[in-house]
Amino acid sequence: MSPWLQHLPVLPIVVPLVTGAVLLLFAESQRRLRESIALLATLAQLVIGATLLYLTTDAVPEIWHKGIGVYSISAWPAPYGIVLIVDRLSALMLTLAAALALPALTYSIARWERVGVHYLPLLQFLLMGLNGAFLTGDLFNLFVFFEVLLAASYGLILHGSGAARVKAGLHYIAVNLVASLLFLIGVALIYGVAGTLNMAELGIRWSTIAAEDRGLFDAGVAILGLAFLIKAGSWPLNFWLAPAYVAAGAPVAAMFSIMTKVGIYAVLRMSVLLGDAAAPAPLGGAWLFYGGIATMAFGIIGMLGAQQLGRLIAFAVIVSSGTLLASVGSGVESLTAPALFYMVSSVLATGAFFMLTGMTERTRTTQVSEVADVAPLPPVTYQAFGADEPEPRAHDEEVGIAIPAVMAFLGLAFVCCVLLVTGLPPLSGFIGKFALLASTVDAMNEQRAPASAWLLIATLLAAGLAGLIALTRIGVRLFWTVTERTTPRLRVIEAGPVAFLLLLTMGMTVAAGPVMTFLESAAGTLHNPDMYIEAVLSPQPPATAEARP
Amino acid sequence: MEIVFALAIGVLSGSGVWLLLRPRTFQVIMGLALLSYAINLFIFCMGRLKVGSPPIIHADLESNPALYADPVPQALVLTAIVISFATTALFLVVLLAARGLTGTDHVDGRERDT
Repeated sequence: MSPWLQHLPVLPIVVPLVTGAVLLLFAESQRRLRESIALLATLAQLVIGATLLYLTTDAVPEIWHKGIGVYSISAWPAPYGIVLIVDRLSALMLTLAAALALPALTYSIARWERVGVHYLPLLQFLLMGLNGAFLTGDLFNLFVFFEVLLAASYGLILHGSGAARVKAGLHYIAVNLVASLLFLIGVALIYGVAGTLNMAELGIRWSTIAAEDRGLFDAGVAILGLAFLIKAGSWPLNFWLAPAYVAAGAPVAAMFSIMTKVGIYAVLRMSVLLGDAAAPAPLGGAWLFYGGIATMAFGIIGMLGAQQLGRLIAFAVIVSSGTLLASVGSGVESLTAPALFYMVSSVLATGAFFMLTGMTERTRTTQVSEVADVAPLPPVTYQAFGADEPEPRAHDEEVGIAIPAVMAFLGLAFVCCVLLVTGLPPLSGFIGKFALLASTVDAMNEQRAPASAWLLIATLLAAGLAGLIALTRIGVRLFWTVTERTTPRLRVIEAGPVAFLLLLTMGMTVAAGPVMTFLESAAGTLHNPDMYIEAVLSPQPPATAEARP
Repeated sequence: MEIVFALAIGVLSGSGVWLLLRPRTFQVIMGLALLSYAINLFIFCMGRLKVGSPPIIHADLESNPALYADPVPQALVLTAIVISFATTALFLVVLLAARGLTGTDHVDGRERDT
């Protein structure tokens, strides 16, 4: 076994850490060099993520047994040492994070990176926190990586400064600091009762906890779950989300669209490991299901009420969070794979949508603000129909190659994003939603789902309809009714990332069969926690210790 | 000792939560600081309270675990202190920036209309 493959699981943490540190050594004036380093590192993370994804499919069975890779840091075996665990779900999340980061980084090189300092290192540290949270097999380590990603996100949300960002950032930071404190209380309680923080060992220990300690343990898990739900943006813990996402810059908001999914990932992982131990804690059972439904309803109302595209997408993020929470909370295992498909598609779509927002805002001569949006709108004019024609670009001083038919690209990308977010055919959003609905109906017919599952179906359909109404309205306003429009100049590195993300979702549409098969196997591994526990706690093969350099 | 410890945690977290819900940014940051003290103490006591027992193996003592304090919460609390210290410092900067940009120390960036 080559030492490189041996150490592959730790690289998603080490690469962004080292890159972020190295980037700090270069002055901001050495832009080309810094950007190249950051791009290379992000590309490397994508390659590493894809390789891990390949390894978890059991393609090379002699390396990882049953597709679960365990990396003991400093070769200390679990549960004494901290372990990193790669299974299909975490490899998928790693790849998704890198696949979103690469276009977001490329996009921000065009202008966002120059708005403030230390953008590139912060993005790398955010990636480090994300990757670490997906990989770790230890609760306290999960806390540390959450803090790393939050600390980086505090920096990123304030990137560019301005009163609106600082105001939204203040709330965002305060809420997340409290969430971190709740996380700590939960972790401390769980340690105090169970005597371990290793997630796999917890999966065994919970069943042996004495009845009189059980209440304390449940309380610990509940408080921990509360912290996860704050990050996941579950109602009523999500009032910070929309203002923060709107205030953040377009590429930052795009990166944030995966951050709520870290909370979902943690909920999913813990609820499976703890089995029915977690009920009636927020990690499982009816609470989570109704919480998810309420989150969706909140998101729907928000979408319908939003006057601004960015705000609308932030509520679309909330809706997708709610969908995922409700499908996890329904307790139907066959819903996991469709939910994962939906999640991947919605992360890519909202990421692309946030970046697109950054570009469409430039089509207006006046700066988009909440005040301007509420003001009466000009009627549809003839000029609006000539949108494809190149128009004089006197106002714009942005240097770069002008893409012909900029408005055509923007419009097309907008339509694709709308299809993806609302779940209309033919793109992958439809497949994800359809698979969710079909699995729910199947489960109800076979009596595996509670009767309340119809609520999920109804809310999911309502979310699609509400999204379509709200987005059509904003689309009409954005592309047709603006009389004094300047056709913006787009640079290839701004339009390219959006196109890249949309192409990824189209790829998912075309290869929906293989992707779904993979996700089903990922869900299968996830719902078989014994495999995970055995892989972590079984004695490591001697090769692990010897292969260390 | 337990009752004093529990009371200390209770008073700290109670005052912390009250301050956290106040409208001035300085009160919020003090509340966060108090809460994090309370939680640090809480993590510490989750290793059970013991007097005069070292957390690492000592040559003069036997290897009986009952003679030692649990080292894990002590390690956890160190990490938690560092992290909450750093995030509070960062929050302080944002607080000052908000004060400078909005001209008020209200958490919403403007005074409530009375």
